[in-house]
Amino acid sequence: MDPLLSGDIGLAAVLIVLLKVVVAFTVLMLGVMAMVWFERKLIADMQNRIGPNRAGPFGILQTLADGLKLMFKEDLEPERSDPFVFKLAPFLALIPAFLVFAVIPVAGNFSDGADGVVTMFGHETFMQVADPQMGILFVLAMSSVAVYGVMLAGWSSGSKYPLLGSVRASAQMVSYEASLGLSVAAVLLFSGTLSTNGIVAGQSGGQWNLWMTALVPFVIFIVSATAELNRPPFDLVEAEQELVGGFHTEYSSFRFALFFLAEFLNTVTMSAVIVTLFLGGPSGPIPDWAPGWASDFVLPLIYFFAKLLIFLFMFVWFRATLPRFRYDQLMDLGWKFLIPLSLGWFLILTSVKVAIDIGWNPVLTGAVTAAVVALGGLMLRSAVRTAAARHQAADPLTDQAILGSDAGGGGL
Amino acid sequence: MRVEMFTFLIAGAIVLGGALGVVLLRNPVHNALSLVATLFGVAVLFVIQEAYFLAAIQVIVYAGAIVILFLFVIMFLGVDRIEATERDPLPAQRVVGVVAGLGILVLSIVILLAGGGEPTGQRSATAPLSDQAPDIDRLGKVLFTDYVFAFEVTAVLLTVAVVGAVVLSRRPKGDPIDLDEFPDGPAVAHLSLFVDPDDEGPADDTADAESADAESADADDVEVTS
Repeated sequence: MDPLLSGDIGLAAVLIVLLKVVVAFTVLMLGVMAMVWFERKLIADMQNRIGPNRAGPFGILQTLADGLKLMFKEDLEPERSDPFVFKLAPFLALIPAFLVFAVIPVAGNFSDGADGVVTMFGHETFMQVADPQMGILFVLAMSSVAVYGVMLAGWSSGSKYPLLGSVRASAQMVSYEASLGLSVAAVLLFSGTLSTNGIVAGQSGGQWNLWMTALVPFVIFIVSATAELNRPPFDLVEAEQELVGGFHTEYSSFRFALFFLAEFLNTVTMSAVIVTLFLGGPSGPIPDWAPGWASDFVLPLIYFFAKLLIFLFMFVWFRATLPRFRYDQLMDLGWKFLIPLSLGWFLILTSVKVAIDIGWNPVLTGAVTAAVVALGGLMLRSAVRTAAARHQAADPLTDQAILGSDAGGGGL
Repeated sequence: MRVEMFTFLIAGAIVLGGALGVVLLRNPVHNALSLVATLFGVAVLFVIQEAYFLAAIQVIVYAGAIVILFLFVIMFLGVDRIEATERDPLPAQRVVGVVAGLGILVLSIVILLAGGGEPTGQRSATAPLSDQAPDIDRLGKVLFTDYVFAFEVTAVLLTVAVVGAVVLSRRPKGDPIDLDEFPDGPAVAHLSLFVDPDDEGPADDTADAESADAESADADDVEVTS
């Protein structure tokens, strides 16, 4: 709980919270502008092009120019659209993206077990807009609300390509939420709290969850996050070659700009979530002789944004490098690989954690658990195969006719 | 006015408005969206009661998964046009619904009048419990000690449900039907599970040409290339 909000809340506390909200909003908007430029410029470099270079130095004002252009374009509304939902959908996509950033700690001294409390205008507080008890669950809740924006945009457009895009989106985002949640659970196992501030504080001194959870949940989280963001290589939601523009085909003008904004906002906030969960957020080495303003604000901010930049770069790199997945490959990866892997890894981590707590040999316990999990998986696999073989042998023709073919699953 | 009261009034209005929307709006998608509004309002009410974990789970599970699934089905099966309500499959359900609704209304009013003024659950909890542990800690402790049996039974129940769902929807491995040779193949197989043969098929253009083909085709035409 934020020390600012414990006890009586005076006018000063309310003003500080308002200030934090305004600053976070501004930084986020500017960050998105920079991110759009960064992505275009970087992808241009990776493709041996020059990229935007007209508006401002190095084309850095290109996003501003594009935004202004979009605002003044004609606002089209398809005849067969559902007017209310059509107008609502862009905001449903945008607002969750903003809200997630509210729980991300961006600064504060977290070294040597310090809990990141900073003093602003004589009041103690955290450098995050809010630190609710449910912390990271709030992130998951908002990412599940974000599905609505994409889904309703596609449906309310009243045309088929957006609808196909939105059906893909809902299936994809709901599927990958499971592995996303399971890899978060692995982190929570070691941090012992849901609060984002607590998660960062638990990683002080370089004990990043990246190492503590032995990398696997980190990788699973990145893959699932990419799918949640509908970014390449999982951008089937707006696959240009198949669906024109996907869920936002019918959108133009400012409403399209809102979707565009939401997409990049989500990329920035998801990178911030990864930094918070696995890389210790703003924590980093802080020398003893550093004055208060440096150890509380400047150094942590530098650490945070440096870590953030790694993941922003990574998402752009993905886009430049990886070809898009086919829909059935996407579903196979999510359900048949990532979810069993994250569940199994979670079980192994649990046993190791218990072993550490009660003084058993953690390596041996982990190995035994891994063996048991693998054995269970193999037994399940052989059982399924035997059953399928028997089924097939008993009545191969009806089987195929009733249950259809594998090609049907890829038809979305 | 106190902040809780203010928040309660807004959240309550959203809950009631959403509930009315679920019942009164004509379009199934609008109904589902109203349901989301109601669920959000209830989540805010949980937050007022300092049940943060419950609020988060409410949004993640109900708004984030279950209603999404509703919408998915509504959109995918093309029932998102205004539904025919003339033919009532269960004529008695309206009477039962009205009686049950009135009964619940009367009961709530009686409880509210008997229970005192504060509408925010003043009688059950006026302050956080004595220890300052977050509610998820306490919930977890209770769940894995006092109610561990119920917890495990629920887990088994859910596992059975998942296995059941997988068994029902499982497709064994095999060579896929050659779509060029049998263009009606998978469409017949799939749609026959959902579409009532007496129906005229989904009236929605989004169900593609496949559904149109499916109506004229006979299931016996389907063969396997293997």
